[in-house]
Amino acid sequence: MTPTIIGKPEGTGNTTIETDVLVIGGGVTGAGIIRDLALRGIHSLLIDKRDLCAGASGGNHGLLHSGARYVSNDLHSAIECRLENELLKRLAPQCIEETGGLFVAVAGDDPEFAARFPDFCAAAGIRCEELSPVEARRLEPQLSEKLFKAYSVPDATVDPFRLALENVAHARMLTDSIYRPHTEIISFEIAGGTIYAAICRDNITKSTLRIQAKQYVNAGGAWAMDIAGLAGCADVSLIYSKGTLLISHDRMTSHVINRLRPPADGDILVPGGTVSILGTTSVRTDNLETIQPTMAEIDRNVIEGAAMIPALATARYIRAFSRVRPLLQISETEDGREATRGFALLNHTSQGLNNFCTITGGKLTTFRLMAEKTSDLVARRLGNSESCKTDSVPLPKGDACRWTKPGAAPRFWYQANNADDMILCECEMVPQSAIDEIVGAPGAEQEMTLEAIALRSRAGKGPCQGSFCGIRIASYLYDQGYYHDKTGLLHMRDFFNERFKGMRTVIWGQQAAQMELAEALHCGLLGLDSLENE
Amino acid sequence: MKEEARNFETDLAVIGSGIAGFAASIFALNRKINCAQVGNTGAVAYTTGYLDLLGSNEETQAAIDNPWEGLEQLKKSQPDHPLSRISAADIRKSFEQFTAFLGECGIAYTGPSETNITALTPAGTLKKTLCIPATMAAGPKAFADKTPCVIIDFKGLKGFSARQVVANLKDKWPDLSTARITFPEMAKGEVYPEVMARALEVPATRAGLAELLIQTAGEAKVIGLPAILGMHRPDLVKTELERLTGLQIFEIPTMPPSVPGIRLREMFEQVFPQKGLTLIPQQKVTSLCFDADSAVLNLRDNYGPITIHAKAVILATGRFLSGGLTAHISGITETLLDLPVSQPASRTDWYREGYTDRRGHAIHKAGIEIDASFRPLAQNGKAYHERLFAAGIILAHQDWIRGRSGAGIAIATAYKAVEAADQFLHA
Repeated sequence: MTPTIIGKPEGTGNTTIETDVLVIGGGVTGAGIIRDLALRGIHSLLIDKRDLCAGASGGNHGLLHSGARYVSNDLHSAIECRLENELLKRLAPQCIEETGGLFVAVAGDDPEFAARFPDFCAAAGIRCEELSPVEARRLEPQLSEKLFKAYSVPDATVDPFRLALENVAHARMLTDSIYRPHTEIISFEIAGGTIYAAICRDNITKSTLRIQAKQYVNAGGAWAMDIAGLAGCADVSLIYSKGTLLISHDRMTSHVINRLRPPADGDILVPGGTVSILGTTSVRTDNLETIQPTMAEIDRNVIEGAAMIPALATARYIRAFSRVRPLLQISETEDGREATRGFALLNHTSQGLNNFCTITGGKLTTFRLMAEKTSDLVARRLGNSESCKTDSVPLPKGDACRWTKPGAAPRFWYQANNADDMILCECEMVPQSAIDEIVGAPGAEQEMTLEAIALRSRAGKGPCQGSFCGIRIASYLYDQGYYHDKTGLLHMRDFFNERFKGMRTVIWGQQAAQMELAEALHCGLLGLDSLENE
Repeated sequence: MKEEARNFETDLAVIGSGIAGFAASIFALNRKINCAQVGNTGAVAYTTGYLDLLGSNEETQAAIDNPWEGLEQLKKSQPDHPLSRISAADIRKSFEQFTAFLGECGIAYTGPSETNITALTPAGTLKKTLCIPATMAAGPKAFADKTPCVIIDFKGLKGFSARQVVANLKDKWPDLSTARITFPEMAKGEVYPEVMARALEVPATRAGLAELLIQTAGEAKVIGLPAILGMHRPDLVKTELERLTGLQIFEIPTMPPSVPGIRLREMFEQVFPQKGLTLIPQQKVTSLCFDADSAVLNLRDNYGPITIHAKAVILATGRFLSGGLTAHISGITETLLDLPVSQPASRTDWYREGYTDRRGHAIHKAGIEIDASFRPLAQNGKAYHERLFAAGIILAHQDWIRGRSGAGIAIATAYKAVEAADQFLHA
């Protein structure tokens, strides 16, 4: 199911859209809110200045915490995580892989902390089972020989993209609620303590949009403080923590592996599909828009990660990325990690507004609970007395992520058994028919770029990171008459430049060979570095 | 099977099976030096068949029409560039000998001329190169003359779209059109250039294709095809197709690994042993050391370990793709001898922020240093060993990608390294 785009504004025309609730921010929380509201019979509109999960929701480990990570320093969060973990495993199993998790201490880690861990877990009600080092290394042969303590906990992994897409799809099914991407809030029309309209800009067409709602929800994640500021609210206080993570070429372990010590750098390794994600570092930042991984962050993650899993020191990495996490500011601390992982719902009545609220902080694992608390407030304000149903109604399995799911493309292709439908992305087995479907989908942009196609499929996500399939897909699109001039070459160049941003800090080992070949093709042969010269 | 250790003795051992390694063997044969060539088949299958000398200014990225003038400029702006160490006369000689050898072995090439050729790429862009296979020669000529021409592609062949070539060239070449045909006997599913090329060695397939080409050409007298004109006798396949069709035919390289690269590799593998050269391709040299009167190379193949004693060695092991250099999280090393590698101070400086930045990336200029006799330098700044020479893109201070100079560096430095080794052997 493709999210509908309504009221396509033409040029500078001013389109007005009406809804019960406007939700600003297409992370998992915003997506969860519109579903929660829809289950109470409420119509809403979700907007995002970019696209679903473009912020912290899409830029994390994909870890569904058991809560054990927080038992030593944030009991409240630990308990919330435990409850949500159990609930989501039951109600949204299609988005979750029940990998189980291990906490491991290696030589040099505090033995006393390791010994107290089961008591911490017990206090939070989290199942925790001690494994002998031999048992642990039998379960995960890559674990360090220097391991001296290991516990298993019910950690799991979750696909935030699928989670968001299916929440949006369900909301649409229930009340025709709408998701509108690349729509950015510019200002609010406020009179007498009430917001009457939100003025937005369509970042693709550059046209203005007026959205009238009864209630306005700020689920802007790291941008929540700025959005609240547009409504004149000064009570949202966030600090920003930049996290950098690496994606390995191979799946290094079958369990989530956590370092058994108070949270620090490079201490979580999470499997996801055929890869693993290692991270994270935590650095305070004020920059929300242009963050990139640094070499120092990469090195730190690899060195720390290798203490648990020595193979991480020489593993092949295909990508690194950084995202900003919003953390609630409780006290001025230097390290963002000590700020609370809990969330806060602000009703802004103290700021003189009666139909605006902000939900912020929190984490992927607790997105549903955050959506519930927000929707309780919004429903009450609308005079709707329905109670929350997201804790009992299973999330329907949609077809929304047909081409985004790892491993799905080869299955569809194999089932169709059409020898003429050639594979264009050989790492991820994306065939011609997938590209046809994506560029032909309702709501597809007039002229779709290779980057937009890659967002909607697994193309470019494998070891070659698009070096080869970018060429093949462009060639195919020329062939189909979709490109008929230099545009295809420019799109190809822009796509490779964009993919490179995520690769630049992890080019060593085999990846250096891969890059040398890619550049020899893209620049040495095709001349994409000198398109202007012609 | 019982393993049996084998020993070879030779005057010159060439390590590396890329263009530089093959060129070194050719020059050794021309000088009648007893020679063995070993080492993984490098990136030779990734070549397009074009032999670039200097197609672009590494620093300004301006296209170079006259590479000989370009070399003069290079000597001034980048005196430590490997090509700046070699006289134009020697570079020309190296290209002449290399292309003449290929021609004698059944893959004719244009010789080095005064100016670069403006050659076609599978994306419909243009590239400056010095020598091209005879099977591709009519393309640049037709482009220069704007002769009416049809670019033909094949149903089921991915990564080569005639429409793409034409879309990007039509403003410069108005009488260019496209057509798609089905390769004889390959109607269903994906078709592969290598399979088509081998099929065209058979007269019946050529006749079938010729018929299709005649029907498709219309008024045009020149047609362009992806590079599929035979694997072992491309010149014959082209001549025969031209005779059968009455058309002029040229090839455009496809995305590597492509037929022109495989042609070169297979030809070398067939011809070198016939000419008395010991060739052990596909096997990595595991160690290289020096005893009192020779260099000792160890490697192994399916039958067991092999030891080669050589009086001189040329290291032509390439860069990261071929394994000559290894990039670690902490720095770049030379893989076989741990020779010192000239490189940026930290990994932060390896790559610029923008991938296609026309100024290129510092990592490509990393490499090993050599003295005037093409001997690699050791830590102390002196030659690592009197028996050791180096050639190809493993050498520092060049960016063969931005400079469009990969084959030029490989062939010209191989020429000089063999010359120096020859002098050493006969001293």
